Amino acid sequence: MKKIWSGVLVILTSLIAFTVSAESTSTADQYQLNLRKGATEISGQVYDLHMLMFFICVVIAVLVFGVMFWSMIFHRKSRGAQPANFHESVKVEIAWTIIPFIILVVMAFPAAKTLIAMEDPENSEVTVLVTGSQWKWHYKYMENDVEYYSVMATQQEQINNKFEKGHNYLLEVDRPLVIPTGKKVRFLVTSDDVIHSWWVPDFAVKKDANPGFINEAWANVIEPGVYRGQCAELCGKDHGFMPIVVVAKEPAEYEAWINAQEEVQRKAKEEEQRLLAMNMSMEELMSNGEQVYMRACAACHQPNGQGLPGVFPALVDSEMVLNDMAAHIDIVLNGKTGTAMQAFAKQLTMRELAAVITYERNAWGNDTGDMVQAKDVNAVMTGQ
Amino acid sequence: MTERSSNSQSNNSKLVLKLVGVVIGMFGFAFALVPLYEVFCQVTGINGKTSDTAAVYESIEVDHSRTITIEFITRTNTGMPWEFKAQTRKVEVYPGEMNQVDFYVKNTTHKDYVAQAVPSVSPGTAALYMNKTECFCFNNQPLGAGEEAIMPMKFYVDPQLPKDIKFFTLQYTLYDVTASAEGVAMNQG
Amino acid sequence: MSTATTELDHDDHHHHAPSGIKRWLFTTNHKDIGTLYLWFAFIMFLTGGAMAMVIRAELFQPGLQIVEPNFFNQMTTVHGLIMVFGAVMPAFTGLANWLVPMMIGAPDMALPRMNNWSFWILPMAFTILLASLFMEGGGPAFGWTFYAPLSTTYSNDTTALFVFSVHIMGISSIMGAINVIVTIFNMRAPGMTWMKMPLFVWTWLITAFLLIAVMPVLAGAVTMVLTDKFFGTSFFNAAGGGDPVMFQHIFWFFGHPEVYIMILPAFGIISAIVPTFSRKKLFGYASMVYATTSIALLSFIVWAHHMFTTGMPVGAELFFMFATMLISVPTGVKVFNWVATMWRGSLSFEVPMLFALAFIVLFTIGGLSGLMLAITPVDFQYHDTYFVVAHFHYVLVTGAIFSIMAAVYYWLPKWTGKMFDVTLAKWHFWCSLISVNVLFFPMHFVGLAGMPRRIPDYALQFADFNKWISLGGFAFGLSQLIFLALLIKACRKQGEPVSAQVWEGAEGLEWEIPSPAPYHTFDTPPVIK
Repeated sequence: MKKIWSGVLVILTSLIAFTVSAESTSTADQYQLNLRKGATEISGQVYDLHMLMFFICVVIAVLVFGVMFWSMIFHRKSRGAQPANFHESVKVEIAWTIIPFIILVVMAFPAAKTLIAMEDPENSEVTVLVTGSQWKWHYKYMENDVEYYSVMATQQEQINNKFEKGHNYLLEVDRPLVIPTGKKVRFLVTSDDVIHSWWVPDFAVKKDANPGFINEAWANVIEPGVYRGQCAELCGKDHGFMPIVVVAKEPAEYEAWINAQEEVQRKAKEEEQRLLAMNMSMEELMSNGEQVYMRACAACHQPNGQGLPGVFPALVDSEMVLNDMAAHIDIVLNGKTGTAMQAFAKQLTMRELAAVITYERNAWGNDTGDMVQAKDVNAVMTGQ
Repeated sequence: MTERSSNSQSNNSKLVLKLVGVVIGMFGFAFALVPLYEVFCQVTGINGKTSDTAAVYESIEVDHSRTITIEFITRTNTGMPWEFKAQTRKVEVYPGEMNQVDFYVKNTTHKDYVAQAVPSVSPGTAALYMNKTECFCFNNQPLGAGEEAIMPMKFYVDPQLPKDIKFFTLQYTLYDVTASAEGVAMNQG
Repeated sequence: MSTATTELDHDDHHHHAPSGIKRWLFTTNHKDIGTLYLWFAFIMFLTGGAMAMVIRAELFQPGLQIVEPNFFNQMTTVHGLIMVFGAVMPAFTGLANWLVPMMIGAPDMALPRMNNWSFWILPMAFTILLASLFMEGGGPAFGWTFYAPLSTTYSNDTTALFVFSVHIMGISSIMGAINVIVTIFNMRAPGMTWMKMPLFVWTWLITAFLLIAVMPVLAGAVTMVLTDKFFGTSFFNAAGGGDPVMFQHIFWFFGHPEVYIMILPAFGIISAIVPTFSRKKLFGYASMVYATTSIALLSFIVWAHHMFTTGMPVGAELFFMFATMLISVPTGVKVFNWVATMWRGSLSFEVPMLFALAFIVLFTIGGLSGLMLAITPVDFQYHDTYFVVAHFHYVLVTGAIFSIMAAVYYWLPKWTGKMFDVTLAKWHFWCSLISVNVLFFPMHFVGLAGMPRRIPDYALQFADFNKWISLGGFAFGLSQLIFLALLIKACRKQGEPVSAQVWEGAEGLEWEIPSPAPYHTFDTPPVIK
């Protein structure tokens, strides 16, 4: 018996010990043990529901284990306990069927209330179309002419333990989603390839992005701030590397931001047209191309262009890369249906596309000597 | 004893046969789940898919007491390099009233493509009341290189639509089905 | 002991066992096959465990150190498949083979030759699955739940091998289940009425029915994956009019009953062990049977609680939430019954009892976190995080696997005729108990803090706990080597000889035959009092 107690003691002390040690050595300030209250009224309700459930479970556990440990201590053979003879009691058995049932009914009410509120996206003021793809998110503001991709910003060197890991390691993106505070923002969630799941714990929003289908969720953020989340459904190789960052701004600030973005995106399109006429040198193409390649292509085709045999094809000595430039430009622009090859026409500028295609055709010993310019890309894109 | 064991032998075979029957039945049931799921979805709207056959519009009393707002989302999937836009982004309709929304598509490439539009409605329940009498999503849509087209969609919202739904979203995703459409054409030709 | 009639019944019953490998290849003896199943399950447990060690080593600290993400995904996938289909299920089938005939007074399983087959195709299935890891592109990397379209359009060609091996596993389980059902229906000794059957037999009977109901559905699901990937069908492909979410409905229609397939026999084991070491009859035998049956029936209407985030209408979400909560009622009844059995008993704490007590406490913790997961709004936060990982490992490791260990310690002296090495067994118990909690308990915390499952690298705030989780994992893995040493000693028949009853309070037909149990038992049916 002593052994059982010492065992229990060891578990408890070890739990406490590493809780404390973890607390003291923690590197990040958002360190926590429990669910977060979050940034919306709904997430607060969810937190309350979680705590209610937790305490009910603790009470049940204490009662059941209390009785169990009582008999383990006092009804031991080594203490000379004589076994009793009872082995059924209809009354008791009915009682412990009915009472848990009543507890469940009590729990079901607040749960249902919160759930119904969560699933009511009506009267939203801002709508964002969220599209998942391997392994990035795309945001499109339905009320404004603004859309962009949001890609993890953590450097590969940090992941490979070459650089020191930053504060928001794996939870930082190049372009966060920006939403206004104090307004109901609706998220329409869908996917381009496999199933992803858009999860921001602070909003208590987790919705699967199903290819070909849309789902809705919403949040009304109270305080301005930066809220971080991750993809929550296994979506292939880099599932662990597609974070979500949402910046909530005061409505006025948000308005200013979204208007500026509209302007920026319009200007970028004009600029792109203007730059079509300008040719880049081979050096410029190759150095830009390498950067774009590492950012957009290396996750699958690998930094050395060898791909992952049986999963992602190699670009080195590839028939298409060496001999068929038109097909090469086409597949980079439009992707390939039914494979993980995405369409990059909207993800990269024409100059970037030209650079990366040139890079692929000349790096790693491919040495075709081909140069692709933005106007060539434009020609394929517009069907000329 | 001999009788008992030969009895039990035949009992065994009978029971095994029954159980194998159950197993085969359940294997079939897995496939039956596919149409069952579709029926289930059509009854409950669990997956938000609209019917893929044309509805017939019979003169239904238009419910002028409320309006429904419908938002249209258009997307093209990976490998589908078309332009695809709804001419109207949002419409407000009376339940029971016939409406038409046009969608613009352009094949911007130098290749012929066949597209298939896949509809999805959120909240899913609304899909049950979205009746389309004519829709480009019922069939494949072929478009030659550089061609453009206006694709109409005629629909009415069933006045039975639950009162708590005032607003729903209809998304169309365009998929490239050129390869499989060619396969079908080859088989038929 | 032989009679002409039993000779007809089981023809190779008496050609005295060919020795060496042939004995095991061609055996139709339920005890031999039970032993094969149990050893196979243990080897698979160590194999799947080795993969868990790879996973925990990679997650020991943030950053990618040991494996590539793609290989990491293969590890999580194959770990899951091996533990579910290679360790837990065959171990239970092995126990059923050993014990069901002895418990109901039958000479053997009803279909001994099929029994041989259902075992020997299993190693084939797992050879295929494991071989795929070494092929170009690697093995399955889409999670043991193989959600489409990740497992169809976006998977590599070795998916065909995965599908094939799952088919074989399914056929094996189905044959095993048919054998159990036929044995229990037709081979009970005279006087062994339904309500006199030990609970292990009852729970296995219900499990066997669940198996033949849902394993074919799994076979259907993998077949659809195969045709979608290789033969151009569009069951789960939106472009062709299919629906990827339908895959999840079909999978979990199999998957939730599958969860109970892995726990119901455990209930039977605990219901055998607790009364023995409490020296008191099991409390509420009849309500145990009804509770098991209602859990089995309810398991068919709760599948969508695995899919709350897929975007169902509110009505469906409410239905599945309520149905799921309802399951906790019969499950609670079982726990209450075990506690009531101990209440005012005369308890002693031999090794099987230690595992059984750990089971009751830790399984209940897993059950309670399951109840929390049932609450849809909060499930949105828990879903696909380490909180879920903690939940199902409490239920499957400290639940199903602890019950299997309890069963092995309980019946091992009956099988070998010798008491196992009690000191080693106690070391095994205490090391496992402590390390398993260091391993799985902190997973609740990182899950609540927001760490998604199935990721090879994580943000810095999860680092400290993950270090502890990994250390607990390594310790738990090493503890199982103690078990291995103990089992090897036991199989070499070392130890003190034991009596027929073995344990003071043990009751049941299997404790009335000599220890070790003779190769053939109950050739003449026993008399049931």
